[in-house]
Amino acid sequence: MISSASTSILNSSSSFNHGEASPFPDWFQEQQANAWDIFLKLPQPIRRDEMWRFSNLKKTSLETFLEASKIKNPDEIRNRSQGITDIAAKMIFANDQLIHREVSNLPEGVVLISIEEALKHHGELFRQHFMKHETRLGSYKFAMLHQAKLRTGVFLYLPPGVVLNKPIEIWHWVEGAHSAIFPHTLFVASKQSHASVIERFSSLSPDPAFVCAMNDLIIEEEACLNYASVQEWSAQTTAFHLNNTSVSKKGRATALQAHLGGLFVRSESDSRLLGKDAHSIMLSINPAHGKQEIDQRTFQDHIAPEATSDLLYHNALSDEARTIFSGLIKVEKEAHQTDAYQKVRNLMLSDEAEANSMPGLEILADDVRCTHGATSGELNKEELFYMMARGIPPQEGVKLIVRGFFQTVLDRLEEPLLRHCIEELLENHLF
Amino acid sequence: MKTDIQSQIEADRSVGDFRYDVDYAYDAGVGLSEATIDYICDVKKDPDWVRAFRKEAYRKFLAMPMPTHWATKDLENIVFENIRYYLSQGQAPKRTWEEVPEDVKRTFERLGIPEQERKFLAGVEAQFDSEAAYSNIKAAVGEQGVIFVGSAEGLKDHPEIFKKWFGKVIPTGDNKFSALNSAVFSGGSFIYVPPGVKVSHPLQAYFRINAQNFGQFERTLIIADEGAEVTYMEGCTAPKFETATLHSAVVELVALKGAKIQYITVQNWSSNVFNLVTKRGLAHEDAEIKWIDCNIGSRLTMKYPGVIMKGRRARGEVVSIALAGDGQHQDTGAKMVHAADETTSNIISKSISLGTGRSTYRGMVHIPKHLKKCKNNTECDALLINAESRTDTYPAITVRGQGHSVQHEASVSQINAEQIFYMQQRGLSEAAAMSLAVNGFVNDLVQQFPMEYSVELKRLIDLEMEGSVG
Repeated sequence: MISSASTSILNSSSSFNHGEASPFPDWFQEQQANAWDIFLKLPQPIRRDEMWRFSNLKKTSLETFLEASKIKNPDEIRNRSQGITDIAAKMIFANDQLIHREVSNLPEGVVLISIEEALKHHGELFRQHFMKHETRLGSYKFAMLHQAKLRTGVFLYLPPGVVLNKPIEIWHWVEGAHSAIFPHTLFVASKQSHASVIERFSSLSPDPAFVCAMNDLIIEEEACLNYASVQEWSAQTTAFHLNNTSVSKKGRATALQAHLGGLFVRSESDSRLLGKDAHSIMLSINPAHGKQEIDQRTFQDHIAPEATSDLLYHNALSDEARTIFSGLIKVEKEAHQTDAYQKVRNLMLSDEAEANSMPGLEILADDVRCTHGATSGELNKEELFYMMARGIPPQEGVKLIVRGFFQTVLDRLEEPLLRHCIEELLENHLF
Repeated sequence: MKTDIQSQIEADRSVGDFRYDVDYAYDAGVGLSEATIDYICDVKKDPDWVRAFRKEAYRKFLAMPMPTHWATKDLENIVFENIRYYLSQGQAPKRTWEEVPEDVKRTFERLGIPEQERKFLAGVEAQFDSEAAYSNIKAAVGEQGVIFVGSAEGLKDHPEIFKKWFGKVIPTGDNKFSALNSAVFSGGSFIYVPPGVKVSHPLQAYFRINAQNFGQFERTLIIADEGAEVTYMEGCTAPKFETATLHSAVVELVALKGAKIQYITVQNWSSNVFNLVTKRGLAHEDAEIKWIDCNIGSRLTMKYPGVIMKGRRARGEVVSIALAGDGQHQDTGAKMVHAADETTSNIISKSISLGTGRSTYRGMVHIPKHLKKCKNNTECDALLINAESRTDTYPAITVRGQGHSVQHEASVSQINAEQIFYMQQRGLSEAAAMSLAVNGFVNDLVQQFPMEYSVELKRLIDLEMEGSVG
């Protein structure tokens, strides 16, 4: 195996150019080559672009990042991948290689495999759903880079009527200074299926890294998916998390994004409501600190009538952290009786922090109920005083208030195992 | 509300839809070039610095792109070379209505301006196309040292105050249309209120477009010196022509320490006017600037009144009502820049979209670093009447540091079907019920207008409706 650790990601079109054969079928490789061309052709985003307003574009420069090298010590990574103990299945990826897969507890018919295996054994099914929706919240160029560079990823397929009682846990690790990885996730929840999944994204070392991850969640009729994405990248990491969710009739998606690490994090969540009584619940918690910049762009696209979407994002900003929230609720012409809600709250904990909010509405149907709200405020001094009067030191009091601030969002997660897992993790990230 | 109810609601835009022929003594012709600007300068006998200012602005206007990367593509339908940039009968406004030429006077009489002046105004300026035809201030107000003249007189007779603030609140290059205004401005008001003077009655300006393919570019500068108070109202109409007309004003307000300025607009342009206006105020310590803005007419309005709160405890407020009917786009909002400690701003916006109308709210709230105790409250409510109606909300809020309180809330809803049912059950027709519901939606804001205006507004929004369940 030739190590490619010294090759810039911008040098070549695919990640398999170093004596390694691509495991993918021709059609897939062609798409990848095409994606690379588009990536090269498209200009770098500029701030004048509404979708990049307020964004610090200097941080999206890719020049210094290298193709990720092969993992040296998979055992250590497996040992460190300890999350929820009571799970249905687990997969661990490191530097875009599958190093662990444990699926023995899955009911029959459930497919949880790597993308290269999915292309071999479920080619048609995979192709039908793979990157079906264009990335439209600003990062199309980066989605094309992702597609070109994609090496592996997860494919989960839940057959009709299957109910998983325990969550699935997926890990993605990055190792090595300036390594770049491109994790891909595709979940298809068929009719009346039900599952909970947690995806964990972590760095093995404090090195700088580049991540461009995509996850597509497809929720078919009456299916229900609880999803949590928890990111603990190193404080030097540039990360793109591009999410697409589509929910069909009576389907229900609950997706939480927890951004606990990273230096520049661009998070795009695009949710399509495709059928009557479809529900999409979009949640996010962000204890932004240091020099972190969390750039969130969201879209609640009501295509079908009588659907519900509900977004709740909580940002707590300390040090010199910056957040950008740009969210749009769009109600298409035919989407009558839409019920859409969007709320972002910024808790300002320092004088140097900056919160930008752009909550948007575009309503083309008249029989709707849409509201949004954005607030930026400081800690409630009375609450703090109350706690201090009862002997809780101020530092601890602040932590409790922030904890409570995030708990409001976490309480919306329907799967208690996911909730507890994130609650515990959060303890390590509150100052 | 059932969506299959085909309701047709029309606000009364017919008041200003008439036209008398007028002979113009001065006409800059069609299209825009340096020569057009020279013509305007020569006719107006502008000092050299104004000529230079205009030409610099013209260069900026040419260099700046249309802001269609965020604004509507409808802007591309403005054909700048088809517009007439200057038309007037003369540059000096008359002091009495008797002196105003008959052909112009009858227009204002029909609009009821002289009558209103007698009844409740402290001063009136009436602009007809490019220049004010009439400008007068009540003797008692004039004696207090209040200056209320056209912008041209302001810059000639009071250069020391005028030059100090002109173009300082809204720089020429603020946007493409402020640059255009700066290049070809004519008309508008100049007001100066001396320290401590509280003008008891409103000053009013009325803007009338009479000529086809005309562009009106008035420029207003209002300065309230320390502790002064003034209310200014503007109204506007134009007859309905076949082709599009452009109105692009720049309004600058300066409220010095402890001063209060209230600026009230009732915009009722005919539905072929592009109304692209830049309005901003600078509020010093303890000063208060309040924009009360009502947009009923025009084809496309883009207007985001702003307040820069430069001094401690300054206060900015925007109250906005927009009514977008068939084919109209009301793109309105507010801009609040907090630049000192303990400044507070408030934005209340209510819009109604009916037929194929579209209303858009765009807001900007900015609280930069190292400030303390700034507050902003923003509420936008939109009401959608028909299935083809549209509304958008695009706020942008930046807050740096702790110790501030900023909240934004927006909602979009329909007329409450239960309310309509309740009213119909008590014998009201569906049309009357709808009309009541719409008036109820904006009522709390309408009450903020002076009495005479709120009555007028109610009448304007007194909707005639023919509803039929189909």
